[in-house]
Amino acid sequence: MKFLLTIYGEESGWGDASPEEIGQVMAAYEAFGRAAAEAGVLVGGEGLQPTSTATTVRVRDNETLTTDGPFAETREQLGGYYLLDCSDLDDAIGWAARVPGAQNASVEVRPVMNYEGAEHVDEARERAQR
Amino acid sequence: MAALARTFGDLDRAEEAVQDAFVVALERWPRDGVPANPAAWIALTARRKAIDRLRRARREVPAELAAAVEAPALDLQEDPSAPIPDERLALIFACCHPALAPEARVALTLRALGGLSTREVARAFLVSEEAMAQRLQRAKRKLRGAGIRFELPREPDLPARRASVLATLYLVFGEGYAATAGDALVRRELCAEAIRLGRVLCSLMPDEPEALGLLALMRLHDSRRDARVDARGELVLLADQDRSRWDRVAIAEGSGLVERALALGGDGPYVLQAFIAAEHARPGGPDWARVVGAYDRLLAVAGGPVVALNRAVAIAMTQGPEAGLALIDDLAGELGDYHLFHSARADLLRRLGRTDEAAAAYSRALSLAANPVERAFLAGRLSSTTARRPP
Repeated sequence: MKFLLTIYGEESGWGDASPEEIGQVMAAYEAFGRAAAEAGVLVGGEGLQPTSTATTVRVRDNETLTTDGPFAETREQLGGYYLLDCSDLDDAIGWAARVPGAQNASVEVRPVMNYEGAEHVDEARERAQR
Repeated sequence: MAALARTFGDLDRAEEAVQDAFVVALERWPRDGVPANPAAWIALTARRKAIDRLRRARREVPAELAAAVEAPALDLQEDPSAPIPDERLALIFACCHPALAPEARVALTLRALGGLSTREVARAFLVSEEAMAQRLQRAKRKLRGAGIRFELPREPDLPARRASVLATLYLVFGEGYAATAGDALVRRELCAEAIRLGRVLCSLMPDEPEALGLLALMRLHDSRRDARVDARGELVLLADQDRSRWDRVAIAEGSGLVERALALGGDGPYVLQAFIAAEHARPGGPDWARVVGAYDRLLAVAGGPVVALNRAVAIAMTQGPEAGLALIDDLAGELGDYHLFHSARADLLRRLGRTDEAAAAYSRALSLAANPVERAFLAGRLSSTTARRPP
C-alpha cells in the first residue's frame, strides 16, 4: 500500500543553521533513503527548495494565473516528501518516525488513492460509457 | 464479525453480512433446529451472504472469502474457542488504533465490540444520534482507507498499540464514572461495559500485567458506586463513605488482580493506580506510607501534574498538611485551572485553620467545576468554611 510522507517544518530555522548542522541533516536523510531502499519500501522522495522559490498556478475562466510563492502562507512549510510502499499504516508510521524531519517538524502520512475496486469510480466509469 | 472485518477490512460490510446471516438463522433454526455449532454456522452463512452481495454488485470476491466457503465442513467441526480469540483481539486493536482520534476510538469500540447501537453510544456521550453516526462513519472510513489492518500488531508496535487499547477502555469507564456534563455522577452502563471489555482483554492477554491492572482499577473504582453518592444525589468523600455499601466481591476481585499483576512483574501506571485503589479499599483504611511509595513510583513511570497533586495529598497524610501544601503550591503554575487542585488546597488550608484562604480556594474551585454534583459539594464546603470564620 502506497503512502505519501510529506514533511512540514519551519523553513526559517535553516537560516540560522551552520554548514556543519546542515551537513549532519543531509547525512541523516541520505541514511534514511538508503535504509528505505534496502527495505524495499522506497518508491521516491525529494527535498524541495524553499517556498520562496515556489510559484502557484491556477487556471480560471481559461486564464492561467501565476502567483509568486506557495499556495498559502503557513506557519510550517512543505520541505520534502517520500513515497513509500508499505504493508500497512503501522509500517508507514514506523518509517515516518525515522524521517529526520520528524524530530523537530511534522511528517504527515497519507495513503495514496487506490482506484481499483472503488465503487464510486466504477459507477462514474459506467455512467461515462453509457 | 471480527473474522469478517479482517477479510473485508471494512466494519460496515462485516456488519451487513452478519445481519444477513442472523435473518436466515431466524427463518431456519425454528424449523430445522439450532445447529451444533451456532457461531460457526453464523460465520459460514455470513461469508456466503457476503459473497452473494458482492456478486450482485458485480464486485470481485476476495480469494480468501471464496476459499473459506469452499471448505465448509472444517468450519462447522472446528473448536469454537480456537481462532476467534485472536480475531477479537485484532478487532479491539484496530478500533483503538492511535491514528484514530480518541473519541473515534471510544465510539468504535463501543459500537463494534460493546454491541451498543449508534443511538446508545450517542446518548452515552450526550451528542445527537446524527453527530455520533457521522463520527462513526468518519472513523470507519479512516479504518478502511488509511491502511489499518485487522491484525494483531507486530512485536515492536505492541507496547504503543496496547497502551492505546487500555487508554480507550479507561476513557469509556471514566465517561461512565464521572460524567462531565449531566446530573448523574455515575453512569452504570458505561462502567459495566468498560469492565466487560476489560475482562475480554484479560482473557485474551492473561499474562499482560497492565491489562490486569486496568481491570483491577476499574473494578475497585466501581466497587464504590453505591456509596459515592448519597440518597439525595450528593457527593460523599471516600473517607466519609458508608463502607457497608461497598461491593466486596468487586474489591476482592480487584485486589486479587493487583496481586497477580504484581507477581507478573507489573510496574506500569495501571497496576500502580490499582494498587493505590486497593489500599483505599482496605477495611481499616489505607497504609498511607505504601500509598506514597506507589505514587513515588507512578510519578517516575507516568508522571504529570495530576499525579503529583495526588501524591501531595498522600504526603499530607504521612507528613502533615504543611508538607502537602508546600508540594501543592509548587503545582500552581500547571494546575491553576483545575478545580481539584484548588479543592485539595482548600482542604489542607482548612485543616491548618487558615479559614479565609480555605474559603478563597473553595470559591476558586467552585468557579472551575463543571459537574453539578461536584459543584454542590464544593458549595457546601464553602459555606461551612465561611460559617466557621470568626465574626
